[in-house]
Amino acid sequence: MLDAAFFVRWMTAAAAVIDREADRLTELDSPIGDADHGRNMQRGFAAVVKVLETEPPATPGAVLIAAGRQLISSVGGASGPLYGTLLRRAGKTLGEAPQVSVEELRAALAAGVTAVGQLGGSAPGDKTMLDALTPGVAALSASFDAAATASEEGALATVPMQARKGRASYLGERSIGHQDPGATSSALLFAALAEVAK
Amino acid sequence: MKMLINVAETVVTDALRGMAAAHPELVVDAENRVIVRRDAPVAEKVALVSGGGSGHEPLHGGFVGPGMLDAACPGEVFTSPVPDQMVRAAAAVDSGHGVLFLVKNYTGDVLNFQMAAELAEDEGVQVASVLIDDDVAVTDSTFTAGRRGTGATLFVEKIAGAAAEEGMPLERVEALARQVVASSRSFGVALSACTTPAKGSPTFDLPPGELELGVGIHGEPGRERRAMMTSHEIADFAVDAILEDLDPKLPVLVLVNGMGATPLLELYGFNAEVRRVLDERGVAVARTLVGNYVTSLDMAGCSVTLCQVDGELLRLWDAPVQTAGLRWGR
Repeated sequence: MLDAAFFVRWMTAAAAVIDREADRLTELDSPIGDADHGRNMQRGFAAVVKVLETEPPATPGAVLIAAGRQLISSVGGASGPLYGTLLRRAGKTLGEAPQVSVEELRAALAAGVTAVGQLGGSAPGDKTMLDALTPGVAALSASFDAAATASEEGALATVPMQARKGRASYLGERSIGHQDPGATSSALLFAALAEVAK
Repeated sequence: MKMLINVAETVVTDALRGMAAAHPELVVDAENRVIVRRDAPVAEKVALVSGGGSGHEPLHGGFVGPGMLDAACPGEVFTSPVPDQMVRAAAAVDSGHGVLFLVKNYTGDVLNFQMAAELAEDEGVQVASVLIDDDVAVTDSTFTAGRRGTGATLFVEKIAGAAAEEGMPLERVEALARQVVASSRSFGVALSACTTPAKGSPTFDLPPGELELGVGIHGEPGRERRAMMTSHEIADFAVDAILEDLDPKLPVLVLVNGMGATPLLELYGFNAEVRRVLDERGVAVARTLVGNYVTSLDMAGCSVTLCQVDGELLRLWDAPVQTAGLRWGR
């Protein structure tokens, strides 16, 4: 079973991995976006860690809701509302349980992914974060490592896709051949999850 | 790349501190990133709030003042502001007659303003939103995020601002803003990529002998790359791209807008070519504005925006305006 401390460790690890990979995310965002994804996510997750340190929430659901709220308030762009919605919806789905099972986490993240699709009006195959989130959540039933691998493969699979949502969609066919930065940062969330579960 | 900055992290805050020092007629909250006209909330008046990524100056903060916006929320460079900023701005300017959000069609701006509208309404502020999507370089289809909002933003903010200043109710100001959006089309051209402070190098690679046709205002590449063209050829291409989609039966407002690094000498020369094409195509010009208004940091290039206007829109366009970036008639 996973408790609030586990979720705080997950968010802290996510902040660390995004901090390490910020330059790469920005590089990926440069040819098809506006070269700020790394910096924006870095700023957002730094704010998440700060709020979790100062007011540690008591339940897994409350950790995710607080993290999501903080991302909405500090990231900006499309990433802020989309990642914020992912975590907030997942947190609300977990409710007030003091501990949750991996299966409950999977179901909560699945609800979060559905909410992201609704908010962005997007589906897998559009070259967005959903292309990493959807396979990552599906593989979570097997193991944390499987989820990390599946989401990483999902991010890589965005390379040949043509973007149909977000700023990269304005490039049409010229978006083909570039890995989606949002899918890449989504895979990093699963990488952090696998890391803290070890 | 040399830039007149301290560090990338404080670029926006530093600019806001400087704006506050230059414009005592504005209340600039550099920490919370909200720019408000000093006399807000103005009694009996619908309030106009806009915002978006920084790097497009004078848009939007430079258009705050009598006759235009009541407040603006600047985000990080090229990143939309967060809902907290918009809610704060709405609360600061609402006189009880409602707030109109003017939103450029970029996914980030749309999502954050949508969240802000819900939060502001929870606090009892009546909010309406108008989406600006004028860029003909992007085909509006269900498989994209729709057309980008670019140069027409200035027309919408000016005309809706004048309507609000006259005391028109929220529904009427909103309807006029929608009319301006429906009557406006833009096309942009880049001669160079821009450099964001965070990245410190050009956002895309544009060889010296080439230009990008159909660019937006965030340093993203356009729809097509070609060998460098003359001002004459670019005007033909850009205006014809607009007229494929807009057939003005009425006179138009013309905005020849610089992207930030193209001198007025070139912009005026380009405007001469734009006027030539419009004359050749039989389009009457009511008013022309030439300058850097909706910029993309240090990008070289320009955009053209046409807005077809009836008598009322033209009257509202001519109405007095007093902002840092646009002022006439007072």
